[in-house]
Amino acid sequence: MTSPADFGLRPDLAVIAAHVEPGARVLDIGCGEGELMAALEGQKGCDARGMEIDAHAVAKCVARGLSAIQGDANRDLTDYPDNAFDYAILSQTLQTAERPDLMLEELLRIGRRAFVSFPNFAHWRMRLHLLAHGRMPVTRHLPVSWYETQNIHHMTVRDFGELLADRRVRTERCWFFGGDRQIGARAANWRAEYAVYLLRR
Amino acid sequence: MASARVLPSTHLVLPEPLRLDGGQSLDGVTIAYETYGTLAADRGNAILVPHALTGDQHVASPHPITGKPGWWNRMVGPGRPIDTDRFFVICSNVVGGCMGSTGPASLAADGQAWAMRFPVITIRDMVRGQVALLDALGIGRLHAVVGGSMGGMQALSLAAYWPERAARVLAIATSARHSAQNIAFHEVGRQAIMADPDWQGGDYYGTGRTPDKGLSVARMAAHITYLSEAGLTEKFGRRLQDRPDGTKGAKSFGFDADFQVESYLRYQGISFTDRFDANSYLYITRAMDYFDLAEEHGGRLADAFAGAQAAGKGARFCVISFDTDWLYPTSESRAVVHALNAAAAPVSFVELSAPFGHDSFLLDVPALDRVVTGFLG
Repeated sequence: MTSPADFGLRPDLAVIAAHVEPGARVLDIGCGEGELMAALEGQKGCDARGMEIDAHAVAKCVARGLSAIQGDANRDLTDYPDNAFDYAILSQTLQTAERPDLMLEELLRIGRRAFVSFPNFAHWRMRLHLLAHGRMPVTRHLPVSWYETQNIHHMTVRDFGELLADRRVRTERCWFFGGDRQIGARAANWRAEYAVYLLRR
Repeated sequence: MASARVLPSTHLVLPEPLRLDGGQSLDGVTIAYETYGTLAADRGNAILVPHALTGDQHVASPHPITGKPGWWNRMVGPGRPIDTDRFFVICSNVVGGCMGSTGPASLAADGQAWAMRFPVITIRDMVRGQVALLDALGIGRLHAVVGGSMGGMQALSLAAYWPERAARVLAIATSARHSAQNIAFHEVGRQAIMADPDWQGGDYYGTGRTPDKGLSVARMAAHITYLSEAGLTEKFGRRLQDRPDGTKGAKSFGFDADFQVESYLRYQGISFTDRFDANSYLYITRAMDYFDLAEEHGGRLADAFAGAQAAGKGARFCVISFDTDWLYPTSESRAVVHALNAAAAPVSFVELSAPFGHDSFLLDVPALDRVVTGFLG
């Protein structure tokens, strides 16, 4: 499995950065301090915009010369017109949404295509942990206890696939990761710690 | 009581009449302005800082009447976020003002003060004056326009009507339109001025009587709107004011300024009358009330910015609000951001946390400094 140039980014962000077309208009939802936006603007000539709920992170984006808006993706995506972007990117955030299904619809309304990445709750380590201990797993990728985690809608690769089929969303490509390395799609619902999907209507 | 270290502002007399939104035009308009820093050879390092309602051109230099430091001294200066070692900063007194630019206290052609004969002006008229000043200074495209409150309205108006004139637009604690509540507070102030017998229908110039009581009350009412409830509570609470003779504060069972907050407001009101013309207050508050960028664009705020963005002449925007500002709340900034998004303009927005209400933009908010510094690049 060849790994894409990492852009100095987290593996899921690196795979997104590698597959965004140069010069595209991009909205990075949950952009944090703008690592992905900076890579997209600096290395792919994209017009990148960000949305982030944390004011400090937004201030850091602005201080880097990036365009970021403090906002809540549960509410403020409605502000954008249809097809405003070539890509809407939602990395490691769908599981924190109030209504992931509605957020997915919004992504595909404002972006012609969408990148979505999420942690896979059906990874074998999770299953084993739940089976052996009977308690909600706390792992490297989901490090927070059940009562304070922001991940309020845990999902699996299979769950996500069913949602896409149900909403008639097409998957252009998908990538799976285990231990920060890209892995094959075989038995991904067992083997993947997290997944990245490139979607379109 | 002008301080000796203060030099008089530079004055520009506009070569052309200033055409006004109200239909009239003004001949021989004077713009009083200050500049800081050095204009680069390519004239590309200029930043315009339009002032707020009761501000003036002394953004970073002592006020000639009060001797107090410039109103945005902490933001504008060498090594400050608007760094005068790098940028050429321009601040002019708005048309309608009373610090040297043509306003109701200026003399009309008949040698008498304009007073209430002065035409009602708009925010866009003020910006026309700013643009005329930029023309005179030979500045085509500003590095940035940076404004808070009414200064932010001017910044947005410049972006809407003269989009080629600024590469960056930073609008702080402001709005694209005056709300009913904003207008209501202004009306209280205007009525206080006009109810003062010394106002004399506006013709008080040269009579030896000025409507200081009315203007003072107007300032007191307005000043409350610039602060937050929590800020007032923290600063004054219900503490009583010590008497001038040094005796401990106590309830007088009368109507003296028993409470510290009363004493503070009275001082704010009275000291304001030393430096501000009551008629200017009427005209400038009116201009703000009339401001509604959406109304000026068929009711759709995005259309104020869409043309310029489509033509590739548009600016980058940064909009900042404060969580305790109830005069221009975050929802107003969000409306601007929403419109800019709809116009596909590059826009950043952040709501900063600061305890000082609307006045936060003038006060010590380190996060504001960081965002301004970063945005100006």
